[in-house]
Amino acid sequence: MGGLVTLFQAAVVFGTVIMFGCIGETITEQAGNLNLGVPGIMYLGAISSLCAVYIYEGSCSPESPASPLICILIAVPTAFLGAALGGLIYAFLTITLRANQNVTGLALSIFGSGVANFFGGSLNTLAGKFEQVSVPVSSSAFSASPVSLIGDLGVPGQLFLSYGFLVYVAIILAVVVQYFLHHTGAGLDLRTVGENPQAADAAGINVIKNKYLAICIGAGISGLGGLYYVMDYIKGTWANDGSIEKLGWLAVALVIFTGWKAKNAIWGAYLFGVLYWMYLYIPGLTRASQEIFKMLPYVVTILVLVIGSMKNSRDKQPPAALGQAYFREER
Amino acid sequence: MAEAAITLQNVTKRFGSVEANRDVSMEIRRGEILALLGENGSGKTTLMNMLAGIYYPDEGKILVDGKHVNIRDPKDAYALGIGMVHQHFKLVDVFSAVENVMVGGGKKRGDVREARAKIREICDKYGFSVDPDKKVYDMSVSEKQTLEIIKVLYRGARILILDEPTAVLTPQETEKLFAVMRNMKADGKTVVIITHKLHEVLSISDRVAILRKGEYIDCVDTETASTESLTEMMVGKKVDLNIERPQVEKKQLRIEVKGLNCYNAEGVQVLKNVDFELYSGEILGIAGVSGNGQKELLESIAGLQTVLPGASIIYHPPGGKEGVELIGKTPRQIRELGVHLSFVPEDRLGMGLVGTMGMWENMMLKDYSVGRGIFTDKKKPRELAEQVRKELKVVTPGLSTPVRRLSGGNVQKVLVGREIAAAPAVLMTAYAVRGLDINASYTIYQLLNEQKLSGVAVLYVGEDLDVLLELCDRILVLCGGQVSGILDGRSAKKEELGRKMTTVEVAADAGV
Repeated sequence: MGGLVTLFQAAVVFGTVIMFGCIGETITEQAGNLNLGVPGIMYLGAISSLCAVYIYEGSCSPESPASPLICILIAVPTAFLGAALGGLIYAFLTITLRANQNVTGLALSIFGSGVANFFGGSLNTLAGKFEQVSVPVSSSAFSASPVSLIGDLGVPGQLFLSYGFLVYVAIILAVVVQYFLHHTGAGLDLRTVGENPQAADAAGINVIKNKYLAICIGAGISGLGGLYYVMDYIKGTWANDGSIEKLGWLAVALVIFTGWKAKNAIWGAYLFGVLYWMYLYIPGLTRASQEIFKMLPYVVTILVLVIGSMKNSRDKQPPAALGQAYFREER
Repeated sequence: MAEAAITLQNVTKRFGSVEANRDVSMEIRRGEILALLGENGSGKTTLMNMLAGIYYPDEGKILVDGKHVNIRDPKDAYALGIGMVHQHFKLVDVFSAVENVMVGGGKKRGDVREARAKIREICDKYGFSVDPDKKVYDMSVSEKQTLEIIKVLYRGARILILDEPTAVLTPQETEKLFAVMRNMKADGKTVVIITHKLHEVLSISDRVAILRKGEYIDCVDTETASTESLTEMMVGKKVDLNIERPQVEKKQLRIEVKGLNCYNAEGVQVLKNVDFELYSGEILGIAGVSGNGQKELLESIAGLQTVLPGASIIYHPPGGKEGVELIGKTPRQIRELGVHLSFVPEDRLGMGLVGTMGMWENMMLKDYSVGRGIFTDKKKPRELAEQVRKELKVVTPGLSTPVRRLSGGNVQKVLVGREIAAAPAVLMTAYAVRGLDINASYTIYQLLNEQKLSGVAVLYVGEDLDVLLELCDRILVLCGGQVSGILDGRSAKKEELGRKMTTVEVAADAGV
């Protein structure tokens, strides 16, 4: 029982990182742009917020201690903006300059990870002593759970109320984005841009504006995954070990797994988390056979793709114009 | 005289160095049905796209209801009450009808229930029928077009522009569309129909505006116009309406088809017991309502279709050699025997050409294996491309220019030209003149006649009955996948042809 609870908790924490990434990428892809830069964008979100709160916490003294609320108010917007900036680069290259989306996205992944690890490494060096940066106030602000505030509630409390607030933000965001994309006029317009930009244009929708907004906002949301990772998952530290990148690719896979529906990201992300951590709870695995289990999320994604294609359902396909540049006066 | 709804003053639009419209001044009157007539590439669509906000004029003014307006994007056009139904549908396949209608509605969009009710209202008013919750991917071409028109009306258009609306419709569907257009006119709407089909112009429009090579020629009342006068204005010179039909003596049997049966991907039988013979030195026309097995028939001969056992397609090569069974051979083997297919699909590039490649590379596509070892031979395809360009007068900036940048007619010339240049013994063409203007069509007819005179067996799948009757030596009529008759092109009557296209008189289902 205890094992299952910790597996579930680990899955939720893991899943929240990729859920943010997935929701952001869903918005981007619904606008017809395949942004493979999610890992880089999550890196950018993570490092922007880490730098910002490091400076803030460093400027505080024991006489005027850092406020957890201000830490959050600094970290969330900087993560969003840092990531959105990455999205803006991608948007400019793919929409305005009509560069190849796949190539640009991959380049952004490499770029984001390079920038983040450069600054992350620098922070670690600056932090001196143990060569490990730490932002204790911010980290505890992000990991403060309802349970830690109102006391022990037994197993239900451990299962559902033992997480930092971003876990709940992710779920709410998934519902909001789902509602926006599938039940509002603006969402309908955005999906039209991703399905058939010519149709959107002829219907009077500003294709370029919609794409820019979707990509930047989508990137910003993906960046919150990086924020959650750095503040809660690794408790306000930095490690140049490429683990954000791994999660970023899982987020891209999750978009496919969810069938481009944000609501499915809620259970899909946790399922990926369970699949990812399952190896710890299966006795008798060697280091080599562990890796096979870590592969499961990807295997499941491939299976979903295969089954989806076999069913041949028109409604479960990616946006029809995904990956194509749009240029009105082409003839 | 009725008031002008839209006035164009000295409008010019360029694409690079090409002038699509030059100094066009014309007016569209309120409450009329105006036909915009012109050959392919005469700038009809470009001109109307400027009213719809897709393009912006480089020079000149547009006046709507007498006021000078700037139409920068389709939103502006909708705000002015101008709506355009494009030739290529602008619909989202995975959306339902009602969702498609609501796209881009902005603040006035309303909710789904209101939209549904309004669609029903529009349907009742003008005589459409469409299910608001049907997904576009389940719709027929005609339903999609209906939806496009509803979409435009839903957005409150007073002036409707229909770009080649009948190109994809059957005659019955065209009649229905015309009825709707008359209803719209009765309701006070202004309708512009872009077309190059003269009989439609004469039957539906009040006035006809003619464009030629991007320039405005004239606007006449339809009552005073005739096919001859319109053709003359459209092409600039009197076109000889008689297609040549040279007689060839000493015909030889080339292809013998027996008991051909074939199912399509959906499991529907598309060819039923097809038997016919094709001779050298003749053009055998294939007539039929679109989708009655023409494509499958050609593809069966070309080796692209799986046919049911029991059929035989015997090819008799020139020179009296022994006949060869084509069924079971690969498309490449069949092609190497001299049986060539050039199929012009609706989108022209979909089959046979690679849009991003230049002319010479496309020439090479079917002969890429010819060369020294692993290296391709580029010289011959270049020469071939140059030859095709000269002989068929293909207008292209260069042999390496991607073919998708060429106009539709030129793309078709490349496609047909490549097959002809390979000097086949059997040439099959489907819709070779699809979407081409009159002059380009005649060039193609002439090419086919030349092939026939040189002893090639030509199989010509066509849409226009008049052309079939004038061009072909014999006409095979397909109806529901069966041969409903093989007529002599010289003596057949159009009515007879039309009747055979819709009814099968031979004993059906024998032995299936």
